[in-house]
Amino acid sequence: MVEVSAIGKKLKKKFPKAVTKVKTFRGELTISIDKDYIERVAKFLCDDKASDFDYLSDLCGLDKSRLDSSDTFEVVYHLYSLKKNHRVRLKVEIPASNPSIDTVTNVWKTADWHEREAYDMFGIFFNGHPNLERILTPEGFEGNPLRKDYPLKGRQPDSLREVYRKGKE
Amino acid sequence: MTEATTQQVMTINMGPQHPSTHGVLRLILELDGETVVKATPHIGFLHRGVEKLAEYKTYHQFITLTDRLDYLAPLSNNLGYVQAVEKLLNIEAPKRSQYIRMILCELTRIQSHLLWLATQALDIGAMTVFFYCFRERETINNIFEMAAGARMNLSYFRIGGVARDLPDGFVEKVREFVNDFPARLRDYETLLTKNKIWLMRTKNVGVISAEDAINYGLSGPSIRGSGVKWDVRKSEPYSSYDEMDFIIPVGQNGDVYDRYIVRLEEMRQSNEIVRQAMDTIPKGKFIADLPDVTLPPKENLKKSMEAMIHHFKVVTDGICPPVGEVYSCVEAPKGELGFYIVSDGTKNPYRIKIRPPSFVNLEGLPKMVEGCLIADVVAVIGSLDIVLGEIDR
Repeated sequence: MVEVSAIGKKLKKKFPKAVTKVKTFRGELTISIDKDYIERVAKFLCDDKASDFDYLSDLCGLDKSRLDSSDTFEVVYHLYSLKKNHRVRLKVEIPASNPSIDTVTNVWKTADWHEREAYDMFGIFFNGHPNLERILTPEGFEGNPLRKDYPLKGRQPDSLREVYRKGKE
Repeated sequence: MTEATTQQVMTINMGPQHPSTHGVLRLILELDGETVVKATPHIGFLHRGVEKLAEYKTYHQFITLTDRLDYLAPLSNNLGYVQAVEKLLNIEAPKRSQYIRMILCELTRIQSHLLWLATQALDIGAMTVFFYCFRERETINNIFEMAAGARMNLSYFRIGGVARDLPDGFVEKVREFVNDFPARLRDYETLLTKNKIWLMRTKNVGVISAEDAINYGLSGPSIRGSGVKWDVRKSEPYSSYDEMDFIIPVGQNGDVYDRYIVRLEEMRQSNEIVRQAMDTIPKGKFIADLPDVTLPPKENLKKSMEAMIHHFKVVTDGICPPVGEVYSCVEAPKGELGFYIVSDGTKNPYRIKIRPPSFVNLEGLPKMVEGCLIADVVAVIGSLDIVLGEIDR
């Protein structure tokens, strides 16, 4: 677990422009990455022998608009290394007006469904994703439920009910 | 994708109302004769918006919702959540409560695996195992009822400890079960492990290599069946698991049979953990004494005005953790269960992301069933031990 803090430094050396912030809270390392670099950084962290993050624990979206009124979304990656037994969190800020980011499905296949969920819940587009479709909400669902501007008791338009009753065809 | 041998690839729909999809899983199967060319899972039929709801609940209130994720292992979910909040608050539960949590979580694991074994055997055609497993499961449910008052959705853990101390007679009852259980396990093994039909249905079915298992993010018995020796209880010990002596069983081939063997052995190990924990459970508080976080003892409410005010304040104001974010995970019966909590310093969590093991394990299903026969799909789904409650959230 000692070398975890070294990962931030190493990453900064390798991609000087990519790393925007390194923070530790409750013993967890968080590295903020510029959105253009995420795929390269992911590939590097996965392949590099010292960090060896072969396992993507979790990937999720985060709507920051009520947190710091910055009108941005974040994509959060939780990486784990089975061999080295350490964790790191990557965060990528993307503008809420144009929420798109490169996919990491080429690095970890497990990212597929996680990214579909983030697309479903936040409307974040993952460029290069093999099958970017809604996953938890039904087809034709309007809005992105986990965005902060989506109401808790948000209802779907009545016109959609007919669609569900009849089925897609 | 496997190449089709005939020109007639047939697409059929399996689920969401199908007894062996373990809930409301829908699979679109593309078949070439009886061979599966491609399988596409469709999920979300049980989506209740738990993560959205969490943003409108206080930290205490959300505990009851975690029960309803993986409803076959409510306490593991409780533990994952309260531990994440404890990490956020930077507090630690007292030693006794850690042991209570450990005992109950291991019983939960046994209970969950029993239900898996029962249904998996039933799916493949063995009826007897089902009745045997439910007999033992009943005993565990009774034990849960003693401690928590409920049998299914327990909500027994609290931030900083557990809801109440273990009742009188609990230890004896659990001892009785623990002494009894190894013999019962042997019964199941006699029925299945060398059973020719069982072997034919499970050996070399739904194979996934260790490399693929890691890349697809499998966890729990599903990844250990492929020979990856990884268990959160060992790699990142929590709740005093480091004081227990147990081994992590692994398979070799990554097929349905190996996942079966791994789970059976896990039950035996869990049984031993419970035994050890019962022997060494320390005396002391069952919940931390932190006025800002934990409620006063219920008895005091009737006699003391201060306790009443305290109770009222904690319930209405909730707890306000510092601004920050944590990710904490536990080894649930199905695999790595993680909670990612973002706090903005108010009484409601800003965002809670649940990393459900079944969701990720199910993602590996298309890879496992490609090239299998349609009857094997049922066996493979069973061997992943999915619970749609936590997949759809």
